Amino acid sequence: MAVFKIPYADLGKLFAAVSASEKLYLPVDNKLGQANFEEWEEGKEMSKQLNTVRSAKDFFFPQIQPLVKFRREDKKVDIIDIREESEDFVIFGAKACDVRSFDVLDNVFLAEPVDTQYKTRREHATIVSLACNRPAETCFCGTFGIDAAKPAGDVESWIIGDDFYMEPVTDKGQAFIDKVKDVVAEGDQAAVDGQIEKIRTIMGKLPLADLKPVDNREKELEVFNSPKWDELSSHCLGCGACTFVCPTCQCFDIEDFNAGYGNVERFRCWDSCMYNEFTLMAAGTPRKTQKERFRQRFMHKLVYYPIKNDGMYSCVGCGRCLRKCPIQMNIVKVMKTLEEDA
Amino acid sequence: MDKEALIPQLGVVKEIEEMTPDVKTFRIVGPDGNKLFDQIPGQCGMLSMPGVGEGMFSITSSPTERRYQEFSIKRCGHLTTWLHGMEEGQEICIRGPYGNGFPVDTDFKGKDMLFIAGGIGLAPVRSVINYCRAHRENYGKMDIVYGSRSKEDLCFIKEIQSEWVNTPNCDVWLTIDREEEGWDGHVGFVPNYVQELNFSTDKICVICGPPVMIHFTLQGLKKLGFTESQVYTTLEMRMKCGIGKCGRCNVGDKYVCKDGPVFRCDQLDLLPPEY
Repeated sequence: MAVFKIPYADLGKLFAAVSASEKLYLPVDNKLGQANFEEWEEGKEMSKQLNTVRSAKDFFFPQIQPLVKFRREDKKVDIIDIREESEDFVIFGAKACDVRSFDVLDNVFLAEPVDTQYKTRREHATIVSLACNRPAETCFCGTFGIDAAKPAGDVESWIIGDDFYMEPVTDKGQAFIDKVKDVVAEGDQAAVDGQIEKIRTIMGKLPLADLKPVDNREKELEVFNSPKWDELSSHCLGCGACTFVCPTCQCFDIEDFNAGYGNVERFRCWDSCMYNEFTLMAAGTPRKTQKERFRQRFMHKLVYYPIKNDGMYSCVGCGRCLRKCPIQMNIVKVMKTLEEDA
Repeated sequence: MDKEALIPQLGVVKEIEEMTPDVKTFRIVGPDGNKLFDQIPGQCGMLSMPGVGEGMFSITSSPTERRYQEFSIKRCGHLTTWLHGMEEGQEICIRGPYGNGFPVDTDFKGKDMLFIAGGIGLAPVRSVINYCRAHRENYGKMDIVYGSRSKEDLCFIKEIQSEWVNTPNCDVWLTIDREEEGWDGHVGFVPNYVQELNFSTDKICVICGPPVMIHFTLQGLKKLGFTESQVYTTLEMRMKCGIGKCGRCNVGDKYVCKDGPVFRCDQLDLLPPEY
């Protein structure tokens, strides 16, 4: 498909054109200088930071999501379906790692029985991805075959010099371009190709560029029983920060909120396998110490999930856990340490 | 929108039967008085009372029970204590059926069956026992070994004494942990009793009970010459969604709620021992 461009300084016009008919979310810096996705409104500018603090999974798998309401009176219970079809919306400026994370989550939430609230959000979202001009030292998306220079989604985009380039790659992407056709001009494919080449050269020089995942699907128990887990997990605080910033962590809890007068709201919220209570039953827990809980998280991402999903890893190399872990433990160290065994 | 698995349907507690001092059996139907759904022996249902909690329980009735689903529940926590306080006619939320169930119409068919249960572990095993009794011609000799701490802790004792013992070609072996006045049956732990009974090894074995009972019974069965591929059990893990998504019953590449809870013991050997 054709390539389109708009001066970077004029992006506000593009956002305004889209926002006329649907909500547009983009990374915006807050007062503390942290970038997170926010709904665009006049005056908001796209963050220039590499990535958002929180991942983009919130769009489809929000931290807290109402499931169903109930009314109780004596012995009677009413079940009230509160689900609504999602409205169309645009996720603008998602990076390649986060875009891949949607595929990882799809394998969980769109597997039978389909999660209907996840599905409706997925169907109504248009993803405008943005290539990473300056990937960080903590980035390793290439490890999992993700190309930060060509970030997938419905529209792929690049910042080249003073211009913003876009290429629609799906029908949804074409529909997005149609909406903004009055503010964009045809662009030059060669400029995009040159930028892709430039980014790939940078990617090749990143400190984690040589990190390759080891396919341990045939060695599930061997890796599980590795003596390395003791040392790897020994300092884990069990804070769960890694799971909350992780774009592919999808464990959740289901809880009831008692709103009073017989009104009960059942909601789903993020949970973490790093927590003791995650598997706690009346008779005890099968994962007694932090070692088991730590091991579960990484075994799931690197071995269990790939077994279930044709070798796809449940990590996209975004590097958020590398930046957020208070004890500087992370999936890269785990992969490297386990590799020494292999 | 399509049907959402996490949204429960409405059930009504039709009857409540007190089994033991801390186990009650709840018979549940739909608001129209009919059975809510069909299930396979060994499958589970997610019961909830809004504002109290939601929990996964094995369906103890056989699919051949056409009137209702039965859940035998031991009082041991927040939700189960609330359920024990319910009266007949209480409306309740229910989701399911969940899980794989026992291969009653395939691997079990035509085989001699040995059922071993301890305490409330009889709940899931009873669904298979009653299925085999209802299709008696499809199965060979039935042996049922059931034990509990004391006489009053034996679940379904009325049904056992009036129906199970009178089933053709079916032997029931009851035991309690310690001697007790008014008990002239066997005394001793289930694993030891299974050893004493010295079963021939040409059987399929279904076992459920406390983890320690399963552990020692399995050791004993192996001594008798059983292989792990003859032994089926059903696992318990904490569950929230019941549909293989929330992550907490994940063991290796399996989700106990969806890929289990029934596993053959040789299949369990291939999984990380975290259950």
